[in-house]
Amino acid sequence: MNSKKADKIAVGVIYVMSAVIVLILASLLLFILWRGLPQISWEFLTAPAKSFQVGGGVGIQLFNSFYLLILTMLISTPLALGAAIYLSEYAKQNWLTDFVRTAIEVLSSLPSVVVGLFGFLIFVIQWDFGFSILSGALALTIFNLPLLTRTIEDSLQAIPATQREAGLALGLSRWETVTRVILPAALPGIITGMILAAGRIFGEAAALIYTAGQSAPALDFTNWNPQSITSPLNIFRPAETLAVHIWKINSEGVMPDGEQVSAGASAVLILAVMLFNLGSRYLGRKLQKKATSE
Amino acid sequence: MEETQSKFMQKSSKRKIEQFGRTISFICIAFIVLIVLSILYFVISKGVSTFTTDGVSVIDFLFGDIWRPGEVGENGEPLVGALPMILGSFFVTLLSALLATPFSIAAAIYMVEISPKAGKKILQPVIELLVGIPSVVYGFIGLTVVVPFIRSIFGGTGFGILSATIVLFVMILPTVTSMAVDALKSVPRHYREASLAMGGTRWQTIYKVVLRAATPGLLTAVVFGMARAFGEALAVQMVIGNAAMVPTDLITPASTLTSILTMSMGNTVMGTLENNVLWSLATILLVMALFFNILTRWIGKKGAMK
Repeated sequence: MNSKKADKIAVGVIYVMSAVIVLILASLLLFILWRGLPQISWEFLTAPAKSFQVGGGVGIQLFNSFYLLILTMLISTPLALGAAIYLSEYAKQNWLTDFVRTAIEVLSSLPSVVVGLFGFLIFVIQWDFGFSILSGALALTIFNLPLLTRTIEDSLQAIPATQREAGLALGLSRWETVTRVILPAALPGIITGMILAAGRIFGEAAALIYTAGQSAPALDFTNWNPQSITSPLNIFRPAETLAVHIWKINSEGVMPDGEQVSAGASAVLILAVMLFNLGSRYLGRKLQKKATSE
Repeated sequence: MEETQSKFMQKSSKRKIEQFGRTISFICIAFIVLIVLSILYFVISKGVSTFTTDGVSVIDFLFGDIWRPGEVGENGEPLVGALPMILGSFFVTLLSALLATPFSIAAAIYMVEISPKAGKKILQPVIELLVGIPSVVYGFIGLTVVVPFIRSIFGGTGFGILSATIVLFVMILPTVTSMAVDALKSVPRHYREASLAMGGTRWQTIYKVVLRAATPGLLTAVVFGMARAFGEALAVQMVIGNAAMVPTDLITPASTLTSILTMSMGNTVMGTLENNVLWSLATILLVMALFFNILTRWIGKKGAMK
């Protein structure tokens, strides 16, 4: 009966430990939302931040986060797509491919602060872009490339080889097979991967504090001339994002209602990540349905 | 005749398209490799200049315990001992991994072996969501909940290695758990059936068969979590207190490589010793990332199921 007793005890311990985890994680989520949600209002989401007074919002930071996200995705998606196509369709099994794969793996394992420092050294100082949206977007691209490449490659690999053979048998070149047959079939997976990557980019801060900068100059949302410094579209203006804002408020500690603002901003971040998560699942399923039923 | 001949000699349009596509995709991959190589080159060459240009000895840097860049000691050597940060980084990484491993494996066992249904319905979505939570949010929670809590129990400021460990523990928990789940899931079903058929209890099956077979995968999960903890910057920086002193206990302010990097990089001038030593710290981070990478590969190779 000894082993039965041991079984009961061990399973009991596992139950307790799992319960502890659920408790920690669930209370973490609820805590963030419970503290943050009351702060969120239209005013909070659109008003500019105030450094030394109560009642600032996160409008500019929120816009910067989205703008950076879009720019980063615009730069990194074609690159990752090309790289993934090469790895999945063209790469032969040899030392060169091994080397390339190792390089990508190394890039994905680099701490984001190192990527940020590299961006600081090259984009901000060497290329003289300064603390700007452009520097930030380039740093985030480096941060995003390895994972995006891998997810796209995985979704390309998931398409059965028979599809490729069918394309080739019809006299298409390999490239045409990829662009006309494989890519459309892999689209649901690719889009899911892109949205998940977007969630990661949206919350990244360490790679940005020395590239996109830690200040958010006032923007004039009626000025759409990309060359003007107050224009939201200008890519050479410093742009503090929402995640950087949270860090900045808490490490500086001069904002009188810093805790409330960070709580609200944290809740906005979490909601955005949730939205990205749910969105990727929903869209992935919907596209899958469309692709398979037609 | 001529016309036909030239048609055969020319590249077909298909061939041209093919070449175009192959070139484009190759350029993309070459670009990524170029980025990786230039990151390694620039960071390491900057980091090495502390030793080559400024003449600091590697031993003094790695084992010196006084960090006051900009000042010189009695012997005229600059005070740039990185030991406090190196120790801080290793302590928070090891402690948080030590704490997270049993919990993650327990949760993974629960989700795969004991109650797959409840695991899939409750734990899986929560964990997936938490993997995506930005690290500054963890830092903020640490600052408003963990630090005051530690302060009220142990006194002092509340900042320190213990707070950082707790924050990192919660942060790597979802990552390690979801990887551990994958490791357990990859154990073939007939292993369990064989054990149960021989009269093993559920726990005997889990402990003696499943966990043994999944060991390489579980180790990879833990190493991955450690790499994440080691490289995490902002969440740690917010709760550790950022005092560059050799840690003597867990509840006084300490610092890590990443925390000093984020604090100081903006306050130094490029090309000076104060700046170069920061790049040396970044080089240590980079080398450790490579080390974790090699470690996971080695585990994968050693433990590959035959």
